[in-house]
Amino acid sequence: MKRRTLLKGAAIGLALAAGPAVAQDETYTIGVAIPSATHGFMGGLNYHAQASIERLEATYPQLDFVLATAGDAGKMVNDIEDMVATRDIDALVVLPFESEPLTSPVQAVKEQGIWVTVVDRGLSVPGIEDLYVAGDNPGFGRVAGEYFAENLNEGDNIVVLRGIPTTLDNERVDAFTAAIEGSGINVLDMQHGNWNRDDAFNVMQDFLSKYDDIDAVWAADDDMAVGVLEAIDQAGRSEEMWVVGGAGMKQIIKRIMDGDPMLPVNVTYPPAQIATAIELTALGLVSATPVSGRFIIGSQIITPENAESFYFPDSPF
Amino acid sequence: MTDTTATGAPARRFRVSFQTLGPVLALIALIVLGASLNSNFLSYGNVTNVLARSAFIGIIAVGMTFVITGGGIDLSVGSMAAFVAGVMIMAMNALVPSLGVGVPLVLAGMAVAMLTGLAAGLLNGLLIAKAGIEAFIVTLGAMGIYRSLTTWLADGGTLSLDFDARSFYRPVYYDGLFGIAWPIIVFAVVAILGEIAMRKTPFGRHCASLGANEQVARYSAVKVDLVRMATYVLLGGLVGLATIMYVPRLGSASGSTGVLWELEAIAAVIIGGTVLKGGFGRVWGTVVGVLILSLIDNILNLASIVSPYLNGAIQGVIVILAVVLQRQGKSAD
Repeated sequence: MKRRTLLKGAAIGLALAAGPAVAQDETYTIGVAIPSATHGFMGGLNYHAQASIERLEATYPQLDFVLATAGDAGKMVNDIEDMVATRDIDALVVLPFESEPLTSPVQAVKEQGIWVTVVDRGLSVPGIEDLYVAGDNPGFGRVAGEYFAENLNEGDNIVVLRGIPTTLDNERVDAFTAAIEGSGINVLDMQHGNWNRDDAFNVMQDFLSKYDDIDAVWAADDDMAVGVLEAIDQAGRSEEMWVVGGAGMKQIIKRIMDGDPMLPVNVTYPPAQIATAIELTALGLVSATPVSGRFIIGSQIITPENAESFYFPDSPF
Repeated sequence: MTDTTATGAPARRFRVSFQTLGPVLALIALIVLGASLNSNFLSYGNVTNVLARSAFIGIIAVGMTFVITGGGIDLSVGSMAAFVAGVMIMAMNALVPSLGVGVPLVLAGMAVAMLTGLAAGLLNGLLIAKAGIEAFIVTLGAMGIYRSLTTWLADGGTLSLDFDARSFYRPVYYDGLFGIAWPIIVFAVVAILGEIAMRKTPFGRHCASLGANEQVARYSAVKVDLVRMATYVLLGGLVGLATIMYVPRLGSASGSTGVLWELEAIAAVIIGGTVLKGGFGRVWGTVVGVLILSLIDNILNLASIVSPYLNGAIQGVIVILAVVLQRQGKSAD
């Protein structure tokens, strides 16, 4: 991330120098703790966190931000402790690396009267955070399932690629299964592609060997969709089926914009949710706008018509 | 059984052959199982898929056989493959404007991949053989370094090959000669050359003597440091070669490319009968080990008889069984 941080640092410096010299009575510091960019989704999340910090620092000169990315839960706890001890933060925006180990450190932050915003993964004790911002996992499966139910006929065959076995994956798949129930769609098989291109490629190759008639694939993630599309292409069965991925990777969104018949739609699970959390936290500090509570970002369906508003060519994801 | 164990010599012969044939028997058992579970298992398409996807781990595992035979280990190959793929993709993208899309571009990309792989192997080899640091520590460190360098190069996302270059390069994975895909041909050639090198050349004998007893090897005028370094350079070069076959498949690399390849390669080597502590290596056994590992995955996907949650457990059981079959003869000695 250093490359980007350096560039961003320069950009922020310029923005600050050029920014309006508003008279300000009080300054606030917001700490942001997120996992480091180890895969596509987190890369996108880091990008959107930095972009929104840059925007907010330019808009509100009285706001100061501390961004820390951590490769494991232990480092994240250290980062948060440092922010409280040395930077005297007024608010903390945190995407917990893991729920359990971060619950009591975040609780300690809260007990010092600091505003706490928790993103995406909840803490294991309810009621610590002032604001909770997250994507909608059951909605992610349901929206995809509804599209399948509407666009396939009774007796049509589909295969499903699942992610890494987790609660999150179960919530998505259960909601998907519930949404297609009663539609007469025949789920031939479900296997784990682990949100990984290579694994998804192998699993899809095997599905194609095993089943002569597949009408659609729910790949449930855009990285898996890339592997799936390649396997279908290799088997020369592109005409036969379409694929629905998820999470809105820019390359896939681009193909939807271009009207690719194999990729009719996509379902969002936006890494930009970190921007929602940071913006709302900032808004709560600088104005009287009430922002406490829960903010669940709906999973929307991306179609060729609206794809442009979900396309971020600069984001790494 | 009882007849043969009554006399000494035939019993030994039987045990030796049983021990040697252990992995082969496991492979045959898997093939029979697969064929009985699904009629498409032995189809041309499925066999090609399985062999082609085995090629990456297979090419790397052949190199790993030499490293392990020489008493070493390399944990960095999975990350190294991701790093080499990342560097190769960036180099090819950068060269598209000057070279255009064509054979020179692909050859330049291949050269970059080979050189990066060899350099990474040389670095490991120097630190292990010349600086005398434990192979486990050097390659564990390298594993972390290459993995995070790849993430850094990709800026946390995915590095993708230029679309036109990709379309031009794609046949390297998907096409082949006489209906045999290129990765399978390359894997076969690497395996045959590896088998010859291990059995018929001084290098193979030196690897084994180094792994069996370093002091004795040194007194027998084997250039211990040089041989040890050569095994890591060879492995690095084969990682480069595997990457050359890998990149045209999906045309991308990210921080999650090649995760756990090192363990799959090491497992394949051990399943094939090479001794983990060194001194004895069998390249053809490694090939069988690689095929066993890929067939398990393939059969589990084709059959879907058990919960996919249990796939890892079934894999584990079969891997251990294959080694138990093979070691029984040895422990009875």
